[in-house]
Amino acid sequence: MLEEIKAFNNEPDNSPEGVLIRHVYSIEAEDFSSAGEVSRKIKNLLKQLGVDSELVRRAAIACYEAELNLVIHSWGGKLTFQVTPNLIQIITEDEGPGIPDIDLAMKEGYSTASELARELGFGAGMGLPNIKRCADTVIIQSKAGQGTKLIINFNI
Amino acid sequence: MSLTLHEIKKILNAHVLHGEKFLDKTVYSACGSDLMSDVLSFVKEQSLLLTGLTNHHVIRTAELLDVSAIVFVRGKIPDCEIIDMAAEHSIVLMTTKDTLFTACGKLYNAGLSGGEEAKDA
Repeated sequence: MLEEIKAFNNEPDNSPEGVLIRHVYSIEAEDFSSAGEVSRKIKNLLKQLGVDSELVRRAAIACYEAELNLVIHSWGGKLTFQVTPNLIQIITEDEGPGIPDIDLAMKEGYSTASELARELGFGAGMGLPNIKRCADTVIIQSKAGQGTKLIINFNI
Repeated sequence: MSLTLHEIKKILNAHVLHGEKFLDKTVYSACGSDLMSDVLSFVKEQSLLLTGLTNHHVIRTAELLDVSAIVFVRGKIPDCEIIDMAAEHSIVLMTTKDTLFTACGKLYNAGLSGGEEAKDA
């Protein structure tokens, strides 16, 4: 089940400087029934904040892809949504298994998704390329056998 | 070129599962796919989605993309739970006996595009 582990406006000890809003969500591996719930919440938050509708759309798509990646490919992890005066950031961090070849994972059509994910309409190998297309900048840190950290930035 | 949902209903001889009162809405492009990953990559807002997939991820995807309406092809009808989910987000649902290929072809012939021009612009 989806669990919102933190939701607050200020975290002076851990948040990077200038973070106005920070929400952290726990995402479970293979929890297809909740997949998309976090992205829906974040989309609604962005709308409430009065963010430009095209930017809301881009952020919602990238967030959904990132959330699905955690569900489909990871062993579980967390998704952080934060807003600074200049940036909307979506950060996913998982516990593994890591991406052996990031260049290959960025290639449209390449996918290691399970049969179940494919039956549900996912795993077409469009996730990371689509995130890159929607975002202003994307940073991927990953090592096979370890976790993956994905930082998706949108300029405000 | 755009079409109203009412026109789409007529062209596809479709049955409305939810949203009869929203048939005056206009869509400017359409996407036919059973792969939600592809839909996430290519669909524009105020679009029509044609698919043979009837699970709740179709509605979730449509909601996130601000898709106006979904047409289920090959006569498929989703569960009540899925229809309720669409109703919550004012997404029109229709079903047609046409295959995905035929339904897309009919709408393309009627002037509706895939929205690629808008995407590349």
